Amino acid sequence: MNITTLLFIILSVVAAFAGIMMITSKNPVHSILWLIVVFFAISGHYIMLNAQFLAIVNIIVYAGAIMVLFLFVVMLMNLNADTEPVKNYRLRLIGVISGGSLLLVLLAALMDIDKQQLVQMNVGDAGLIKELGKNLFTNYVLPFEISSVLFLSAMIGAVIIGKKQ
Amino acid sequence: MFLSIDTALIIEKLILIVVVVSISLVVAMYTTFAERKVAAVIQDRRGPNRAGPFGLLQPLADGLKLFFKEEIIPNFSSKFLFILGPALAMLTAVMTSAVIPWGDKLHLFGRDISLQIADVNIGILYVFGVVSLGVYGIMIGAWASNNKYSLLGGLRAASQIISYELAMGISLISLLMVTGSLSLKEMVVQQQTGLWNIIYQPLGFLIFLICSFAECNRTPFDLPEAENELIGGYHTEYSSMKLGFYLFSEYINMFVSSVIMATLFFGGYDMPFVNEANLSTNVAAIVGVVALMMKVVFFLFLFMWVRWTIPRFRYDQLMHLGWRILIPLALFNMLVTGAVILFLDR
Repeated sequence: MNITTLLFIILSVVAAFAGIMMITSKNPVHSILWLIVVFFAISGHYIMLNAQFLAIVNIIVYAGAIMVLFLFVVMLMNLNADTEPVKNYRLRLIGVISGGSLLLVLLAALMDIDKQQLVQMNVGDAGLIKELGKNLFTNYVLPFEISSVLFLSAMIGAVIIGKKQ
Repeated sequence: MFLSIDTALIIEKLILIVVVVSISLVVAMYTTFAERKVAAVIQDRRGPNRAGPFGLLQPLADGLKLFFKEEIIPNFSSKFLFILGPALAMLTAVMTSAVIPWGDKLHLFGRDISLQIADVNIGILYVFGVVSLGVYGIMIGAWASNNKYSLLGGLRAASQIISYELAMGISLISLLMVTGSLSLKEMVVQQQTGLWNIIYQPLGFLIFLICSFAECNRTPFDLPEAENELIGGYHTEYSSMKLGFYLFSEYINMFVSSVIMATLFFGGYDMPFVNEANLSTNVAAIVGVVALMMKVVFFLFLFMWVRWTIPRFRYDQLMHLGWRILIPLALFNMLVTGAVILFLDR
């Protein structure tokens, strides 16, 4: 077992454990903190794929900004286990079915993987900022621009909702 | 062997990490002393002068006092998170120093020792990432205190840091357009041979400076701990060394942001009017470290000067400045920089 495998196992165990804890925690603030741990573990995976830029952007955007907003909202609403509405039986059943079917789809996709085309660790420059920028502005310029329009419309929508009061 | 990395390299990096962390801690310690002295000078007082000659042992006395105070953990707080809060604040404050180039390389025992712990090619983004995590220490501690004043302080800190991060990021983008590199080392080397970045990006520097005041929770942006409204803000319930960690991490943050500003805009370890290539390696390295420290001391003084000169903003003024003034200004700066670079075809 070399160090790459060891790191991979450690990061995966951390990610999976934190993910489970995030779902099972009663307290929403604890859930958010566990989710942040998941993001860190996934950033570790990115670094092992030599995608440092993706790793750090994942931390800045998800752990550093979006999760702060989540935490902000949860703290402001002061949610805790007592005030949480008890979901009825039918809703829970629907949740289990939809979650289970998503799991099935993911598993099916994993079964289909060609074992010969596994990712190369520590090599490749697809995740470095230079390659990423070149690809985004040449090969994938149309999807990139379309997604920017999507973000713009989301921003305008947020401003309009905020202005209503 | 399990690890195929050079053992000497590991030892070298370990020593460097210990040295850098202890220097940051000592500098932060004496920054608290300097702050009290500067405040005294500005307010026409003498300042601390009892412990040791000129009061030089005052930071040690303060630290001892904090250690010997009684530890109080509030009854209803989440104990683990209550302790995690100050620990995170301290950790994120110290972590930033890993990618800073403190000087050029030293030549000792037949080895070239780079005075930078890790030259990663995304250096400045790493700093940005760690800074954006710094708010968790405050928020977690504030929430775990189970106190409304603490919670209000934590919420203020979160919204303030998120708002000012935007303008800071955009002002960094225009700087990156000029340098074309994310590595801090590379930026310093460019400034050593060419002009300092402050010449190309004066507006960007101004925005960056204001935003770093806000990110460090320094006056005039110290709303999270506004004493007259929130008692102590996010650290109201903290006592003993846990309070000390919060107060201390603020000074380490100040130190690190001074170093970052010096590195990004003022040539880092570049001594002006001296050509480092003419000096021997070791002398050049020492001259570089001294130059960097001189710039850092200037910025630390600026932090204190502003604190004891400008009164605190109201919260709506803070948000107005961040969203209505700094972000449009930063966007304008980015557009102009891009246009000029395109026009000159650099």
